[in-house]
Amino acid sequence: MLDQSDRYVDLNRAVEKKQSSLRGRTIINLFFENSTRTRTSFELAGKRLGGDVINMSVATSSVKKGETLIDTAITLNAMHPDLLVVRHQDSGAVALLAQKVGCGVINGGDGSHEHPTQALLDALTIRRRKGRLEGLLVAICGDILHSRVARSNIHLLNTMGARVRLIAPPTLLPAYAERLGVEVYHDMRKGLTDVDIVMMLRLQMERFHGSFVPSTREYFHFYGLDHEKLGFAKPDALIMHPGPMNRGIEIDTEVADDIHRSVIHEQVEMGVAVRMACLELLAQHLPNWRHSTPAGS
Amino acid sequence: MSRRRKLYTNARLLDPASGLDVKGALLTEGDKIVDLGPKLASGNFAGDTEQIDCQGHCLSPGLIDMHVWLREPGAEHQETIATGARAAAAGGVTTMVAMPNTEPVIDEVALVEFIARRGADTAVVRILPAAAVTKGTKGEELTELGLLAQAGAVAFTDGEKPIASPRLMRRALSYATTFDLLVMQPAEEPSLAKGGVMNEGEVAARLGLAGIPAMAETIMLERDIRLLEMTNGRLHAAHLSTQDALDVVRRAKARGLKITAGAAPHNFALNELDIGDYRTFAKVKPPLRVETDRKAVVDAIADGTVDVISSAHAPQDPESKRLPFAQAEFGIIGLETLLPLTLELYHNGSVPLLKLLACLTCNPARLLKLESGRLAPGAPADLLVFDLDTPWRVDEKKFRSKAKNAPYDGRRVQGHALRTVVGGETVFQRKRES
Repeated sequence: MLDQSDRYVDLNRAVEKKQSSLRGRTIINLFFENSTRTRTSFELAGKRLGGDVINMSVATSSVKKGETLIDTAITLNAMHPDLLVVRHQDSGAVALLAQKVGCGVINGGDGSHEHPTQALLDALTIRRRKGRLEGLLVAICGDILHSRVARSNIHLLNTMGARVRLIAPPTLLPAYAERLGVEVYHDMRKGLTDVDIVMMLRLQMERFHGSFVPSTREYFHFYGLDHEKLGFAKPDALIMHPGPMNRGIEIDTEVADDIHRSVIHEQVEMGVAVRMACLELLAQHLPNWRHSTPAGS
Repeated sequence: MSRRRKLYTNARLLDPASGLDVKGALLTEGDKIVDLGPKLASGNFAGDTEQIDCQGHCLSPGLIDMHVWLREPGAEHQETIATGARAAAAGGVTTMVAMPNTEPVIDEVALVEFIARRGADTAVVRILPAAAVTKGTKGEELTELGLLAQAGAVAFTDGEKPIASPRLMRRALSYATTFDLLVMQPAEEPSLAKGGVMNEGEVAARLGLAGIPAMAETIMLERDIRLLEMTNGRLHAAHLSTQDALDVVRRAKARGLKITAGAAPHNFALNELDIGDYRTFAKVKPPLRVETDRKAVVDAIADGTVDVISSAHAPQDPESKRLPFAQAEFGIIGLETLLPLTLELYHNGSVPLLKLLACLTCNPARLLKLESGRLAPGAPADLLVFDLDTPWRVDEKKFRSKAKNAPYDGRRVQGHALRTVVGGETVFQRKRES
């Protein structure tokens, strides 16, 4: 998948970007939670492959969201989409929805559980810069507790032979985090020592119930990435962030914009390529009968 | 009530209260047991005595389920007193205590009387109301404990809601001593557990779900035991699920405190791995814990730390469960699986049969001060004839309960109720199934 994504990176840089492998396919981006880059990049990916893309942002009421979820799934399914890209604020919601539809489903992020395409685009970004994933030392820093990006990255990086460190205050780590196959640090300087990759995470204040850190000022002081803390990492360490960034909370503006170290914008570029590869791979496994069935039969 | 005599012959008589386990017969007259034993022979009775051949199966007191959520009044689409009672009868339960978490909450004399009356009018088994400790289960003001007890409330609890304020809990325990009332409390420190949807641990970390720490149970229980010590009240810790908490009970009992403990089948039949891929039917309180905790519950039943096994029957409609895990309601139904899941512990050699039956009969009867729960002359003829061994598979489609929310569908179990008798009358008889 990463190899295929590589080819799409080149294509995306060309003037003529249009492909036809998803011609005639309908892709629905179903987002129960706000998103700019994931939704846009899935939309671009689908369109560049020649598919018909529809975006649905479902405004959710505070109660009975789930009814909306299953009802929406059944309704959309009746329209015979080929692929659904779903984001939802609850862990496991995408899997639940996938049980109710007959088309391919891509998890665009579910609660604090997984965000697989983000991990894939991170892997692509790292591999293009470092030439490999195996043997690299990757630090994931910040709000691990609420982060689906962290869970997917831990899974992928461990599978690909990288070593993962988590750096966060204990209140922002899940219980038994060390059993996820990672080394856990509470001190940025120690944790960052000799790492190849520094992955910063956004402080997800919208998911906070109560205070996990005393203040953003204190958080930045101890866990915000600045040049001084970055100095402990390898000299050629890359800085990554899944976005959107809280500048001055988890990352210093100067570091975020350091063109020699920060690959944050490259991550966005890779996102489109990876999502093209995902869509295509899934489309290849779709049954064709849905298309050959005449309407109304 | 007929004064007719009925003789249950050819039975294995099991009475955990007296330790009796013998082949014999049992005679009832009207709604009372009049005699039992190995020497009671069918030949000595005239034709007007109905004879019921138990065919060598077990005959025990009917089960007493201390913790059942019926949804009447307020949510009759989930369960009514009548449907819950039918499920109970099919599960061998002859008496159940209805939790007060209805709409409205059972916190007034008229409401206690309403539950008792609906029970008498519509239920095939005995329904005993539990009343709320605090008005509206809001945890702010005490209800009229004494008057509610006079009206028929057999226990006091805010049901699924723990009483958060130590000051109020102290008052409740203290005031309850006046009438020697039983206070039941779910052991969960609410602010620690807030937002949690499953056991806190590795599985929750992987699934990205908010956890309920095991410590929330220990802390609440420790606090309540300290308050019990101050007040000399009577406390039943409903449904313990962790090794730590059970150790706390063990120590408190050794100190002579009037503490008893309960366990629900899901905490000894399942562990947190049964949540699998976000199965909301396994979302329950106390949450399914780790395997060492599950084993600790079994050990605590075996050594008597746990006094009572109750179903924690909590019916939910599909709309409350067909949701993303975090949004789904808590609860498992359990009336019809209470007996077979409990018998698993006998079949796998963990706990002797009479000990298990004690947790389902004479122990809850003692806590609730009931005459039933034992086989003895003069005791109510609330009886259960059950098959100890026959294997079967749990099939949710066959549940009598209105709700189907149990994570046991397809589970292989052994033993079930054959005949359930309440006040001398058969209220359930299992048809021969293929």
